[in-house]
Amino acid sequence: MISDPDVVAILYLVTIACFVVSLKFLASPRHARKGNWIGGLGMLFAIGTTLLLEGLENWLLIVLALVIGSVVGLIGARSVRMTAMPQMVAIFNGVGGGAAALVALSEWHNTADPFREETVSIVLSALIGSISFAGSVVAFAKLQELISGRPIVFAGQNLVNIAVLGGGAALGAAAVAGLEEQWVLYLLISLALFFGVMFVLPIGGADMPVVISLLNAFTGLAASATGFVLDSTVLIVSGMLVGAAGTLLTLLMAKAMNRSVANVLFGAFGQVQAGTSAVRADDGRTVRATSPDDVAVQLSFARKVIVAPGYGMAVAQAQHDVRQLADVLEERGVDVKYAIHPVAGRMPGHMNVLLAEANVPYTQLHEMDEINPDFPQTDVVLVIGANDVTNPAARSDPGSPIYGMPILDVDKAASIVVLKRSMSPGFAGIDNELYLDAKTTMLFGDAKDSVLKLISAVKNS
Amino acid sequence: MTDLPLVIELTILVLAAFLGFEVIAKVPTMLHTPLMSGANFIHGIVIVGAIIVLGTADDAFTKVVGFVALVLATANVVGGWFVTDRMLGMFKRRPEPKREEPRK
Repeated sequence: MISDPDVVAILYLVTIACFVVSLKFLASPRHARKGNWIGGLGMLFAIGTTLLLEGLENWLLIVLALVIGSVVGLIGARSVRMTAMPQMVAIFNGVGGGAAALVALSEWHNTADPFREETVSIVLSALIGSISFAGSVVAFAKLQELISGRPIVFAGQNLVNIAVLGGGAALGAAAVAGLEEQWVLYLLISLALFFGVMFVLPIGGADMPVVISLLNAFTGLAASATGFVLDSTVLIVSGMLVGAAGTLLTLLMAKAMNRSVANVLFGAFGQVQAGTSAVRADDGRTVRATSPDDVAVQLSFARKVIVAPGYGMAVAQAQHDVRQLADVLEERGVDVKYAIHPVAGRMPGHMNVLLAEANVPYTQLHEMDEINPDFPQTDVVLVIGANDVTNPAARSDPGSPIYGMPILDVDKAASIVVLKRSMSPGFAGIDNELYLDAKTTMLFGDAKDSVLKLISAVKNS
Repeated sequence: MTDLPLVIELTILVLAAFLGFEVIAKVPTMLHTPLMSGANFIHGIVIVGAIIVLGTADDAFTKVVGFVALVLATANVVGGWFVTDRMLGMFKRRPEPKREEPRK
């Protein structure tokens, strides 16, 4: 049993150091896995220290909870598919936020006459944790397609949200001012849960990377607030590290879409576009369809090929076949690279994980800024299941809803082949000028099917 | 736990924020998904709070709340760690050093 508070603090300090080192190791894919192990050791250390604290009871319940939680977590982590990683992260955000809110709730229940500062942190922890929990559950449902991924909006939505959040804030202020009734926190948590649902519902599927990052930051901040409730530095620091990570990713994602965070959260993207794209004048240019054999010849005689993958590729489960195609081409001496747009996929960095799972070496994966100068010297670009991130209108058409968004400059290559199921518009619902370009040919059909045909055609050519 | 003055705790919070931004800004885009799940794992540290709540609970309400909190936090920690490990294990450099062989 550890009773000396200084010893406890020093033991927790080891955990803090481990967490910081584990994040530091994430700077390179070579050491990242080692870093995760260090973080894991830090966590075990913190759990061990806590279990050795003096005066703990209810051991049966503690062990039972640890076992149930471990089994659930392990099964989830083992069975989740890489395409479903955004849902997984969303649900873990929710679970962490929920735990923080519950800790705050029990502290409120058990502290007879809390100090003012303690009340502030209990209120914040309950508020942020509950928003994160409810928001994450809705984000999960959207990503898992349990409910429509399209924005769900109604008139006066933002007003309702402001009213709910205002009510929550007023309740919180009342609690801090001395209204220390049990029902205050119940009501506060209910309002926060309601707000969490309301603020994620109107956000469209394409904006999910921003939302998940934001919820990640929320959960971190909730954990940090819990640290203030329990006077625990390890919670304060760890929670804040996560808060910083989430905030940074939120800003990066919003920047990659050239939109402000506020616009993502309250703009209900995807709704507005349906109308504007339809009025686009047809200037007589048409798309040119091509065949797998023609593309195979193009690819076989190319020197440099860049693959620009989008989420459509992952939906078709074509990433393994794309890698095979790249292997076949490389055997013929073709230089193959992958161009990854920051918002390719459904969460930050998602496309890299999907390709890594398909055994694409990470040295072949290139970020947008790094690879954009390469396109003018590239013979063929294969656009697979990507749409809006290749749309030149983002550079040239001030009227386009994605104007100003940084894109992959695929149109600067000598020729472009777009693998696409049909001519339907992308997630944002906007026409893509690229398809009308004289250098572009379209290979229609299921991405996996098309790539398989390409592999055999390249082998035979 | 140690009863630190609020000012000290706030100082720690602000410094942790700066540290977090510095460290995380260096994570390459390629690893942003593992970064998120790794961050997920780290906020599982609320498990410490959940253990304390359940371990010191003496009424039914707190026991239930603490139990649920501990299950959630444990799932968060275990799931977050394993999924991050699984993902990071997939990032490999070129497996066959065919072209580099002549250099040996």
